[in-house]
Amino acid sequence: MKDERQKLVNHMEYMEGMEQIDSDIMEKVINARDNYQAEAYTAQDVRRAIEHDKRTIEDFAALLSPAADVFLEEIAGKAKKETERHFGNSVYMFTPIYISNYCENYCIYCGFNCRNQIRRMKLKKTEIEKEMAAIAGTGLEEILILTGESRAQSDVSYIGEACKIARSYFRMVGLEVYPMNTEEYAYLQSCGADYVTVFQETYDSDCYETLHLSGHKRIFPYRFHAQERALRGGMRGVAFAALLGLADFSRDAFATGLHAYYIQRKYPHAEISFSCPRLRPVKTMTESFRGARKEELMGGKEVSERELMKIMCAYRLFMPYAGITVSTRERAEFRNHVIGVAATKISAGVSTGIGSHSEEVKRQGDNQFEIADERNVSQVFQAIKEQGLQPVMNDYVYV
Amino acid sequence: MKINGVQKTYADNISVSELLKQEGYLREQVAVELNEEIVSKDAYDTSLLKDSDVVEVVSFMGGGSR
Amino acid sequence: MKQDIFMLGGQQFQSRFILGSGKYNVNLIQAAVENAKAQIITLAVRRANSSGEANILNFIPEGVTLLPNTSGARTAEEAVRIAKLSRELGCGDFVKVEIMRDSKYLLPDNQETVRATEWLAKEGFIVLPYMYPDLNTARDLVNAGAAAVMPLAAPIGSNKGLATREFIQILIDEIDLPIIVDAGIGRPSQACEVMEMGAAAVMANTAIATAGNIPQMASAFRRAIEAGRKAYLSGLGRVREKGGEASSPLTGFLRD
Repeated sequence: MKDERQKLVNHMEYMEGMEQIDSDIMEKVINARDNYQAEAYTAQDVRRAIEHDKRTIEDFAALLSPAADVFLEEIAGKAKKETERHFGNSVYMFTPIYISNYCENYCIYCGFNCRNQIRRMKLKKTEIEKEMAAIAGTGLEEILILTGESRAQSDVSYIGEACKIARSYFRMVGLEVYPMNTEEYAYLQSCGADYVTVFQETYDSDCYETLHLSGHKRIFPYRFHAQERALRGGMRGVAFAALLGLADFSRDAFATGLHAYYIQRKYPHAEISFSCPRLRPVKTMTESFRGARKEELMGGKEVSERELMKIMCAYRLFMPYAGITVSTRERAEFRNHVIGVAATKISAGVSTGIGSHSEEVKRQGDNQFEIADERNVSQVFQAIKEQGLQPVMNDYVYV
Repeated sequence: MKINGVQKTYADNISVSELLKQEGYLREQVAVELNEEIVSKDAYDTSLLKDSDVVEVVSFMGGGSR
Repeated sequence: MKQDIFMLGGQQFQSRFILGSGKYNVNLIQAAVENAKAQIITLAVRRANSSGEANILNFIPEGVTLLPNTSGARTAEEAVRIAKLSRELGCGDFVKVEIMRDSKYLLPDNQETVRATEWLAKEGFIVLPYMYPDLNTARDLVNAGAAAVMPLAAPIGSNKGLATREFIQILIDEIDLPIIVDAGIGRPSQACEVMEMGAAAVMANTAIATAGNIPQMASAFRRAIEAGRKAYLSGLGRVREKGGEASSPLTGFLRD
């Protein structure tokens, strides 16, 4: 392992073809993360944060600290008020579609990683069309297109074709694909996509280095600046996330919030949202990762539901106008309750495998991870209504 | 020539410093514009005026817009 | 406690009270400055009088930074012209951009102000633009190279107080430059309030110049500004919301 590691490329150095932009946001976020002392915050700090009309960065830090744990009910109450103030009783619905699971990266925690022996597959255009038609038939109007991160197997023009098909079935098209250059984002925007999600996974660059052993994803700063390039490329909105549990999750949540905050200040027109994934087991997780190495490789500990709730509420209180998506990694009851309190967007009818929406698509590719909420669109729709909330398929006028 | 909006008659080729003296301005307290171009203080002796020139002499005053 | 320094255009100030110099006798300026403990005073550039009228600079105490304004300008071009003349008068690179095309309310012209700010910043001035508190304009001013943003609280000279409170608060929250509230502040309590809100400084003229006792009012403003600043730095305490909180638990469903 040691010898192998010496051959690894420097994760902080750009590879050829990767666009570099002039931005100080990464430095600010990393410094703030490094200096974040969660234990230093007191009950007083948390109380002040709860009571403020607008929360400062310090308030956000306090809300993520252990001192906030005993205030969770109160924090959730405030979060609910903020969510109501900014979103009324609307809850947005969408579903992801995985069109390819080829991947060039070796990320030891991910089911798609290039060393995993899984059924690889990439949908043809006709199959994408069938899948999307099946999804549109459930009534959804927003779709999130995902690929494994392989430029060779799913190049920009392939993703562009998927976007064009998606635009004919859906009113809003998001992308969760490998980070790319500004002009590539501009191209995909012209194909109909207008929302870009990139998970930084962890903002701890040392931990990042140990988890992402090879492939373009290993390059930390190129991934970090993806949202900025997407906005420069004309995208309407960007989403942020740390995969909670990879490293110290309080620090990672703090960094995620700050990343979004600084982007919002620099690009005031951008729509901002958060995803809140917890690390989940994958079907074919590499043995090295499942076993003893886990502790060695990961600085994080498992994130409980209470902690996840706390993080989602902290995002809500810090950036009350931001969208927050609740993942299908969470069980149905959690999802039912977190909408309206902190989350504003929920997926339904989810599969993280390839080709599983339409019965007409016979070929199948393996899942990225296991989901905990298998409800279909009408079940989730009904559950939203039972919470006294209003399911919204789309409220965006495309111009 | 026109000085602060008032038409006055001076001999051609009078220098800015001579004009300021004759008009009663203290050179260290004013700034001078000749045909909308600032005349720097060290050019007061060498800048010569002609009859068609428009001269503005300004200084600080108390106040703002109201 | 750490000393609270007000950084403006790369210079350090202790005072957060910028004093205007209009509408009162120059003989009172020194007393006003001293009672205000002001370190910055604004001045206008006007056609000089040759009648040997007292030069205002002689009445301003040593060490006070002069902030010439471009009052009288109706366009960016005129503002630039006045700014250059003020620099020629030899009092540094600070300039407060004031551009008005409206002689009734004297409201600033935001578009021309952005244009003048960009121009003057390129010429090396430290530009403090006076503006109507609009977030988009404020962002344009940041990009144009302003050193601070000076939103009006109410129509200039009106002493009507914080008529634009909500919008000033937005600028304070969103703009990464000092927000100096200018114009319309009529009472010390209003100056205090705007400092509590997080303004970096207050500029006042009419409220002091038209007071019964000018030096005493300057002192009252100074104390109000200091009090508001201290409150802001301390973090205001809690305000109890009316009514009870919902009692059905929002977190009862959580496992582990």
